[in-house]
Amino acid sequence: MPITYTSGEQVEVYRFSLPATVGIPLLALFLQAFLPRRFPWVSYLDLPLLVTIFFGISRRNPISGLLTGAVIGLLQDSLGGLPLGLYGIAKTVVGYGASSLGVKLDVENAGARLLVILGFYLVHSAVYFTVARVLLSLSRNWSWSHGFVAALANAFLGVVLFFLLDKFKQRT
Amino acid sequence: MESVLGRYRNLVILVGVLFLQVLGLAVQVKRGSSDTQDTRLIRIWAVSALTPFERAVVWIENGTSNIWHNYFYLRGVRNENRALKEQIEQMRLEQVRLTEDATQAHRLQALLAFKEQYVAKTVAAQVIGSSGSDQSRTVYIDKGENEGLKRDMAVITADGIVGKVLTVYPSVAQVLLVNDQSSGVGVILEKSRLQGVLRGTPTGEVTVEKVMSDEQVAPGENVLTSGGDQIFPKGLPVGTVAKVGTGKDLFLSIKVRPAANLSKLEEVLVLVEKQQREATAEDLSHTRAADILAQRLPSVPAKPPAEASPAAAGASAAAGASPAGNSTTTAHKPLAAAPKVTTGTGGTAITPKPQVQSGKPGEAVPVQSKPAAEPANPPANPVAQPATPPDQAQPADQNSPN
Repeated sequence: MPITYTSGEQVEVYRFSLPATVGIPLLALFLQAFLPRRFPWVSYLDLPLLVTIFFGISRRNPISGLLTGAVIGLLQDSLGGLPLGLYGIAKTVVGYGASSLGVKLDVENAGARLLVILGFYLVHSAVYFTVARVLLSLSRNWSWSHGFVAALANAFLGVVLFFLLDKFKQRT
Repeated sequence: MESVLGRYRNLVILVGVLFLQVLGLAVQVKRGSSDTQDTRLIRIWAVSALTPFERAVVWIENGTSNIWHNYFYLRGVRNENRALKEQIEQMRLEQVRLTEDATQAHRLQALLAFKEQYVAKTVAAQVIGSSGSDQSRTVYIDKGENEGLKRDMAVITADGIVGKVLTVYPSVAQVLLVNDQSSGVGVILEKSRLQGVLRGTPTGEVTVEKVMSDEQVAPGENVLTSGGDQIFPKGLPVGTVAKVGTGKDLFLSIKVRPAANLSKLEEVLVLVEKQQREATAEDLSHTRAADILAQRLPSVPAKPPAEASPAAAGASAAAGASPAGNSTTTAHKPLAAAPKVTTGTGGTAITPKPQVQSGKPGEAVPVQSKPAAEPANPPANPVAQPATPPDQAQPADQNSPN
């Protein structure tokens, strides 16, 4: 599926209600923390990342995108055992990137969304591992096979999830 | 300047936010190196916001499950109960045997002044959530500071070790699983007695590191805690060796199958109190090291009945009448060939590990005596039998000839 190039005027900017803005990221964090207890494979998914990308490409505002990413990332960090900021930095970059991409591209169709999520998952992983290894000297090893499988799984889930989250969009 | 900032406003804010977070990381890493590890406020907020929901869902889940299993779904319970009772009977028999072994092991440890760590007190806790990330394998349990939990306490299940307490909040605690990449547990391989460090991999597997590649390790061997990390007491089950391969820098890569199911944890035990004490044996005042060592030495069959003189038999019987646990050594013909005999103050004699067979001229035959009243049960293969305790020793003249 090709990504459609559109002008800034043609791209629609959406906003979300306050309950959706607060509730969706919190629900994603809750599910991310709770579901692996019953379904261990869920830990390979990154629901907060998908929400960050979704808000980014929908709002199409880089500042809003990077701040959303930073908050969601820091909250996700706070549930793990590693220093705060690892996911924060990675999701800030993704939020900024998704918003900037949303300004330039129309990513409303499934194929475009699949590619966008796939790409941002890899960007997220790259930033995360760079920060972990270079800044914190953590012995985090990257597995390509594991990374690509996880990226694909997240991309397919993201496509479905985005169609559900589209219901919460409000036209500006 | 203003126009530049205005033009690149988004980028400037991005750089600013990233810089703040990097600064935050630097502060944390610096503080983390000190002894006092305080908890970030944002962590407390996030955990406080999410764990009540997790608790509630687990509570509802358990309640529903209990109603179903305890009141509605009782099919096969009677048969299961019968099978379990049979199992208990078998386990009781096994327990008697193990208790005997344990008592004997404790006596020996006490004599060697071993320091043992005992699990004095545990707190049962339920797993209510996880970090949700494969980069940080942690779980949350529903017990915290209020129940006496502290950082670095060991967390186990009945099957094996799980991890250690990483962060403690008032009513919940975060547990770092042993398959996390930052986890490290001192382990020992049960048969080969090789020590190593258990670590997690990026894919959530568990490996033993720091075992030299020239060592022999076979799949299926049990892995136990070594106690060297000062967190887990020695001897707790960790898992079994699943695969052995060559690792980095002359070390083996030993993949371990964890004994506890780390991906589906429900209830765990937190070791809140460990006692380190020297092992004691109740009968230390009556049992000496020499006696226990003598029990462990292989026995030597006595001389054939044909060569046993009445005098020797009489001496043996007389020795049996002396305080329990006595053993004496008699020598045939050249006395110089007899092993050195040391007689203890308690009337017990021990001999060096015998290298002799009975009945051959010129060689010593250690004779273990027993109370005369005890019935004689000659072992089928005396050489292969471990030395019997002095009070259970067979009379020399009734042992089977070589």
